[in-house]
Amino acid sequence: MKLLVCISKTPDTTSKIAFTEGNTKFDENGVQWIINPYDEWYALVRAIEMKEQDPAVTIHLVTVGEADAEPIIRKALALGGDEAIRINIQSNDSFVVASQIAAIAKEGAYDLILTGKETIDYNSACIGSMLSGLLDLPYVSLANQMTLNGNTASVKREIEGGEETCEVTLPAIVSCQKGMAEQRIPNMRGIMAARTKPLKVVEPIAVQATTSIKNYDLPPAKSGVKLVAADNVEELVRLLKEEAKAF
Amino acid sequence: MVLIYIDQADQQIKKSSLEAISYGAALAKQLGVSAEGILLGTVTDDLAGLGKYGLQKLHQVADANLNHFDAKVFTQVLTEAAKAANASVLVFAHNLNGKAIAPAVAVKLHAGIVTGANSLPDTSNGFTVTKTVFSGKAFAQINIDTPVKVISINQNCFGVHTQEGSCAVEALSITIPAASIKVTATHKVEGEIPLTEANLVVSGGRGLKGPENWGIIEDLAKVLGAATACSRPVSDSDWRPHHEHVGQTGVQVAPNLYIAVGISGAIQHLAGVNRSKTIVVINKDPEAPFFKAADYGIVGDAFEVLPALTAAIQKSKA
Repeated sequence: MKLLVCISKTPDTTSKIAFTEGNTKFDENGVQWIINPYDEWYALVRAIEMKEQDPAVTIHLVTVGEADAEPIIRKALALGGDEAIRINIQSNDSFVVASQIAAIAKEGAYDLILTGKETIDYNSACIGSMLSGLLDLPYVSLANQMTLNGNTASVKREIEGGEETCEVTLPAIVSCQKGMAEQRIPNMRGIMAARTKPLKVVEPIAVQATTSIKNYDLPPAKSGVKLVAADNVEELVRLLKEEAKAF
Repeated sequence: MVLIYIDQADQQIKKSSLEAISYGAALAKQLGVSAEGILLGTVTDDLAGLGKYGLQKLHQVADANLNHFDAKVFTQVLTEAAKAANASVLVFAHNLNGKAIAPAVAVKLHAGIVTGANSLPDTSNGFTVTKTVFSGKAFAQINIDTPVKVISINQNCFGVHTQEGSCAVEALSITIPAASIKVTATHKVEGEIPLTEANLVVSGGRGLKGPENWGIIEDLAKVLGAATACSRPVSDSDWRPHHEHVGQTGVQVAPNLYIAVGISGAIQHLAGVNRSKTIVVINKDPEAPFFKAADYGIVGDAFEVLPALTAAIQKSKA
């Protein structure tokens, strides 16, 4: 059983978001980089749990990024992947990123490809879906539980107002969200082991980007909270109805 | 031609798709082309009536096998439909199913895609779509550089607009590929408004002190017709079910009104709610960081403020 887990590098949630070069480039100055939480807490940790249950499972990690993505991929290896592949290109275009991963996936003949439900920087939720289009594989999105039974996976996914459980024959792609697994912290043994685990760097395939970022804007600052006295809730109701037209 | 994907569940068209139709119709008008819809499966809604949201023509693949969502099957059928209709722009709601298939369809059509758009694209010089990035902390304006374009729109960003009109319904015959998944169980939470579809949300945090105190949240939600939600510590302590957790790692919501009670407003929580149109914060700590992100606030004890607020809303609706 071969698993491929897609790992993305994102700014820490608490990072200050700013832009440079006339608001066309994200300002990386002072930014703390982390593994995208959905990739780490849910996709990767669930893959590790599967390997713990079945030693025949191997986990490959893939990231699309330049050399500055290596600390992140080493951390992912410290949590538990067997080996990692870094595709040496930086791109903000989901199609370029998905095409690179698809090329690796085709070569590796994986049984299961896991992604986080989205990254916390571009919030596009594109990669899993694009991989299913590029590889013509079944795709179960927004999964919060998954178990393997031979060549099928039983996956629980979110639907509006509830959940559904479905069976999917492997190979397949699953995007993961809360519920899938619990956050882990790498231990010293894992950190030591990660130093010698294989990290292969491959050059990207040639793909034409389909989108380009024109510029960024920061949202207008909130004009400030309007405080209402605790014993005057009628005033809040009036404001919500008449001013905010909230209901 | 702008082709709008109309999403259904349990043979009913989703509200988020009505908004997608309104958006697609406005975009079609802006581009001087027609607004057409594509519906997979059979529904009980009045299809000709979709004209009142601006739809001119509906293509329906009326095969009951499509009443269950299957991302791979839907991707293939939609790709064929978009090619047959010669669509230049495809519009999806950025809802659960939209997220699952819009990017795959874009890939199949060699189209660039922007997911989670906030407003109509600027088509004065190219095709530029604005979306929120960094979990609501910024906007990006993104050019789609391909001849065919795909957009999925954030819920509640455009609204549902109605007008006079009726739309023609045309059957579309497409060979349905074999199912790629088999649904074995469906569990719907009865009697609750789904958080992701809700216009109004009442959310509680640790300030409520324990699950036994949730009655005041539920009472307020009920009188408003709102969904209930909670912060991460609340769901982590099993005071409330996980599907109610809103925030960076839980559900991201964008309702018209988000009322946060006893939630301090950690940055991870804000990342899940900051696309809400109006935010009300009720907290006894005047220093709670959530007040900085709020439109309206009450500094006070939730156990006193909430019952009074519920009563005042009830009175205003009477």
